[in-house]
Amino acid sequence: MKLFPQQQYWWPRPRFSIFLLVLWLLLVNSISPGQILIGAVLGWLIPFSTQQFWPERPHLHNAGRLLLYLLRLLKDILESNLTVARLILRNPDSLQPAFIRFPLTLTDEFAITVLASSISLTPGTVSAGLSPDRSMLLVHVLHVTDEQELIEHIRNRYEQPLKEILE
Amino acid sequence: MEMPLWLDAIVAALILAGALVATIGSLGLARMPDFYMRLHGPTKASTLGVGATLVGSMLWFSTAQGSVSVQEILITVFLFATAPVSAHMMGRAALHRRVGCQEKTNGQPWDEMDRLSGRAAQSSSSGESQR
Amino acid sequence: MTEAILPVALALFSVSLLLNLYRVLRGPDIIDRILGLDTLNVNAIAVIVLGGIYMNSSLIFEAALLIALMGFVGTVAMTKYLVRGDVIE
Repeated sequence: MKLFPQQQYWWPRPRFSIFLLVLWLLLVNSISPGQILIGAVLGWLIPFSTQQFWPERPHLHNAGRLLLYLLRLLKDILESNLTVARLILRNPDSLQPAFIRFPLTLTDEFAITVLASSISLTPGTVSAGLSPDRSMLLVHVLHVTDEQELIEHIRNRYEQPLKEILE
Repeated sequence: MEMPLWLDAIVAALILAGALVATIGSLGLARMPDFYMRLHGPTKASTLGVGATLVGSMLWFSTAQGSVSVQEILITVFLFATAPVSAHMMGRAALHRRVGCQEKTNGQPWDEMDRLSGRAAQSSSSGESQR
Repeated sequence: MTEAILPVALALFSVSLLLNLYRVLRGPDIIDRILGLDTLNVNAIAVIVLGGIYMNSSLIFEAALLIALMGFVGTVAMTKYLVRGDVIE
């Protein structure tokens, strides 16, 4: 959606600008015309003045599906919290913690970040490290019975959708 | 503005559930035997608990004061976005410092710094006592 | 109903704060203390917001927002320091 040839330079991130405007309105908790003006100016100024810091634009293929992904993630967070709460109240000696390696098929940096965050927020798993060549994610699990099944679960439920949305 | 009873009940339920979940998270922080297991409680339970309390507070202010209050959404989203990041950073720092984990833990943490500096990776699944 | 629940919720959060403080004081490693402080921060936000309901004032949300921000930046800076031995490279 190029409006004019130099849009890339003068208005580098239209969606980011709109996001900043909404963020500003949420922050001041008002939608008066003056605040909308300030928000619009900030929404233009910040992406414009910081564009050298972000040499690579994140590719986002389908914003609607990302929203769907986030909603499902929220549902998983709620469910997994009940599980973790039950595990915490149990005797710690009966837990079987484990470090597992998750072989990544994602390559995009931002997508890996989102995946690691998703893992940290869901069922008893925290991502604790990334190998220097970005091919493995080290995940700590609070209680695990079948490691292979968990890897498959993460791959099908989070990694595949992210691959389709962000890469 | 008077609050309808059903909304009042929802707000009370959200705040109470949030407080309970956050307390369970902190309990996990206090009683789990090794650092990596302690990491689980605060990142998930405490974040969700505080998030639920904030949503309850948002509903309360929106009706009690008659004007929509949305700043809590900002705090909640911020908490949910940063909790996994700081958990990951702390996990990495613990691996780097070779903080031990329980002996029964399956699998071994690979040592990132060993691989970076080219030293031979050595097992670091030693007990807590070896620190 | 909310008014009746508030003291209970505040008490529960106080218990959480004490549990976090226990972890901060007990350690054993410095990273455990950092984790304790980070959780203390998150729980403090909830206490501030509940305090706001208690006092019927929405003026302290900015404080909660700032504490959330500072807590995150502080945790990241401290872990960064542990890993690299330096905050700013």
